[in-house]
Amino acid sequence: MKKLIILLLAVVLLASCGNNQSKEDSSSKKVTLTAAGATFPMPFYNLAFKKYTKETGLLLTYGGIGSGGGIRSLKDQVVDFGATDAFLSDEDLKEMTFNAIHIPTCIGAVVIAYNLPGIDEIKLSDQLLEDIFMGKVTNWNDSKIKKANPDVELPDTKITVVHRSDGSGTTFIFSDYMSKISTEWNEQVGRGKSLQWPTGLGAKGNPGVAGTISQTEGAVGYIGSEYAFAQKISYALVQNQAGNYIKPTIESISASAQGAIPADTRVMLTNSSDPNAYPISGFTWVILYGEQAYNGRTKAQATETAKFLQWLISPEAQSVAQSVNYAPLPAKAVELSTEILKSITYEGQPLLN
Amino acid sequence: MNSEKITKFILFAVSLIILMISAGIVLSLIDGAMPTFKEYGLSFIFSPDWNPTEGRESYGALPFIAGTLITSLLALLICLPLSFSTSLFIAEYYHKTKVASILGSMVDLLAGIPSIVYGLWGFYTLRPLIISLGLSDQGFGVFTSSLILAIMIIPYATSLSNEIITMVPTELKEAAYSLGATRLEVISNVIIPNARSGIVASYILALGRALGETMAVTMLIGNANIIPKGLFSTGNTMASLIANQFGEAQGLKLSSLIAIGLLLFVITAIVNAMGKFIIKKLS
Repeated sequence: MKKLIILLLAVVLLASCGNNQSKEDSSSKKVTLTAAGATFPMPFYNLAFKKYTKETGLLLTYGGIGSGGGIRSLKDQVVDFGATDAFLSDEDLKEMTFNAIHIPTCIGAVVIAYNLPGIDEIKLSDQLLEDIFMGKVTNWNDSKIKKANPDVELPDTKITVVHRSDGSGTTFIFSDYMSKISTEWNEQVGRGKSLQWPTGLGAKGNPGVAGTISQTEGAVGYIGSEYAFAQKISYALVQNQAGNYIKPTIESISASAQGAIPADTRVMLTNSSDPNAYPISGFTWVILYGEQAYNGRTKAQATETAKFLQWLISPEAQSVAQSVNYAPLPAKAVELSTEILKSITYEGQPLLN
Repeated sequence: MNSEKITKFILFAVSLIILMISAGIVLSLIDGAMPTFKEYGLSFIFSPDWNPTEGRESYGALPFIAGTLITSLLALLICLPLSFSTSLFIAEYYHKTKVASILGSMVDLLAGIPSIVYGLWGFYTLRPLIISLGLSDQGFGVFTSSLILAIMIIPYATSLSNEIITMVPTELKEAAYSLGATRLEVISNVIIPNARSGIVASYILALGRALGETMAVTMLIGNANIIPKGLFSTGNTMASLIANQFGEAQGLKLSSLIAIGLLLFVITAIVNAMGKFIIKKLS
């Protein structure tokens, strides 16, 4: 018994020695950046973070805990930067201890996926989107759908609307668009990360919605474009403000960001007036504090954060975004973001020049 | 004597830790739920509205309380004939035979299957089956979830019932047989009256398990935040709602989710208390 205790003690001591040593090593040599937030841009961030670590040796970790979690983490000052698909409202900004700034990192879209065997193209007008997602049109052979798709042989199948059951930036972008094109939606449902749905059933995450749609004939729902493109799901052409039916592609999503962008980049890109734009698109942002000296952070930590974000909007990182089916930032957004990054300070001193 | 004292002290300390953990959970739930109850009072429990949209927020727990109770009780109802017959088969009719021991371990195996696997099976096998039987258009809903819950709680109900039924004294059974009773009469007049409280306890345990089940239910119930309109309507349960919406929640919504967690805790406690009461009454 005694021997056992001594052995145990020895092991514990040894283990703790080892730990201490490795900790000291890493803190003296390397800075680690921690970020958390939106799941929507995760495929891009995962790849970009890995690439940056490989090139510079800087360790980066990203927790996909949702946009709300990203904002909360920044508020609690436990991350170097957060990530969100919905920009902070003026009220949210006031609640932050320091001045929070937004940097857009890429553009994503929300596609309307459907499951109708044998039908590979379907057009949805504003009115149809409203009718379907408010539960007013309930069968695919409805005359309203036929009118918009005269060449398609529509089956007599019930429409099952599938939406997200978890709070999500994808839902935010989708409902923002719906609120813009439909007064009825705006009045009854509104815009948010999770909604009170007039019809349909909920599934968790993009994979849940996509899985439910692919398993249910007659189902229709909305999915993040990055997921839909990678999965080769059939999705609808959506009518934009100019009246054109647009297929979601990297190009048509990019086109949605050609309009004016405010200096703080807080803008929704949905319902773009560009005639070639896919209308359900949106920026995704990282958020951080404009003054980086908080919660005992070192200057090295702050500098690395700013440097990394500068890289994230560079053409090199943007091509990574494109490789995982996001649209890259337009020149105007990069220009604005560069200005914003230059305004970041540490104890009043700018970090980048 | 000394070692006795040490043992006593350790046991006391460990029990105290468990007590503190439970108290801590309750306290933090109450603390987190406070803003919601301040805003809505007790009407939170009876309001059928769950609208998380910013600017028109309104929260009520009724759809989820209804969803939880309906699915769990329905599951218990479905599980009852299945597991009761199985218990009698294993513990009485084929007691101590190879068939019974194989069946017994198969039932126990059901308890070891992770709930996500039940969910997947329900999603890819049970749901299409329900659609092809024409019971529902999309296969999601209260009935599908209850069915999967019933299968999940069978081992909990069965294994305890087995033990209790085998524990009925053989002398009693033999006495009944010697009086000319048939097997069925022995079961209804000797075994059931003797094992009653234990059997009830096993079903209460199973019900408790059904109330808190999250993953499999969330994959099959359809996650529509409404009071179920019928057996094949979609709905949502308390545990499933919390699992779905916790990630993005903040402010009043977060507090409302915690309040629902507290209510779930209370419901489970009530079920347990009722179980204890029934057991006391019966034995």
